[in-house]
Amino acid sequence: MQIVAIYLAGLLFGLGISISGMANPAKTLNFFDVAGGWDPSLAVVMVTALLVAAVGYRLVLRRSAPVFAPRFQLPTSRVLDVKLVGGAVLFGIGWGLSGFCPGASLPALGTGRMEVFAFTAALIAGMFVARGLMRLGALRASAATA
Amino acid sequence: MIETTFTPVSAAAGGAMIGMATVMLLALRGNVFGATGILAGFLSPSSSSDWAWRAAILAGLVSGPAAYFAFAGEMPAVEVPVAPWMVLVGGFLVGLGVTFGSGCTSGHGICGLARGARRSLVATTTFMITTGLTVYAVRHIWGGM
Repeated sequence: MQIVAIYLAGLLFGLGISISGMANPAKTLNFFDVAGGWDPSLAVVMVTALLVAAVGYRLVLRRSAPVFAPRFQLPTSRVLDVKLVGGAVLFGIGWGLSGFCPGASLPALGTGRMEVFAFTAALIAGMFVARGLMRLGALRASAATA
Repeated sequence: MIETTFTPVSAAAGGAMIGMATVMLLALRGNVFGATGILAGFLSPSSSSDWAWRAAILAGLVSGPAAYFAFAGEMPAVEVPVAPWMVLVGGFLVGLGVTFGSGCTSGHGICGLARGARRSLVATTTFMITTGLTVYAVRHIWGGM
């Protein structure tokens, strides 16, 4: 029951990406090309999703716990640091080069297109390299303080 | 460059569905719907029960285009106006960036902003500007797509 309900949440997201046209890198890139053939669709998608989520989150968080788990697991970090901003910059360069972001590319895998698989493989490689670098950094830091 | 047209109605309909999906996951399991975080935890799970819900959500995401096909009669368009190396280098940079920056468009741009998280506001502003500058540089300075 729980797995089916969670699957449906994923399906709804994937269908939303498909309907909104956000599975299409050409459309995403054209949003950012204000100086060219501008397509504002992405802004409408993000603002609508954000409004629905903001209202829904407020209602859901009034409850003491989610349906299938003992407590809500929201991110707790409040630090504004170089890692956050630097990461967002790298993400932006990658998004601007490829036209894919993870939330759009994962559903787009379902179209079976080769380019989407190529992007996703590179994405996963980048995630593992970043995690390796962060682990290395943490090791160095703990060696320095020891 | 491939021309696309402004589609406000389908954009709003799809956006509302994306928003509802994030609310559903919060209500069901208490997690934010960040594509990056879900994928990262799927690839390196902390336990089998933690893996199962991530697998279910990814299966749902991937079935999105098939569900679309069921009533639209065609797959959603995927037009890639850039060179293969840009897809690969872009994907790698996105992977680095979302890991260092703890999130992407869904995690920071929708869920984080919906919670009023300052980190997400900073991250979203930063990546939206950087993406815009990158597209400008590629298309209008370098002339690459």
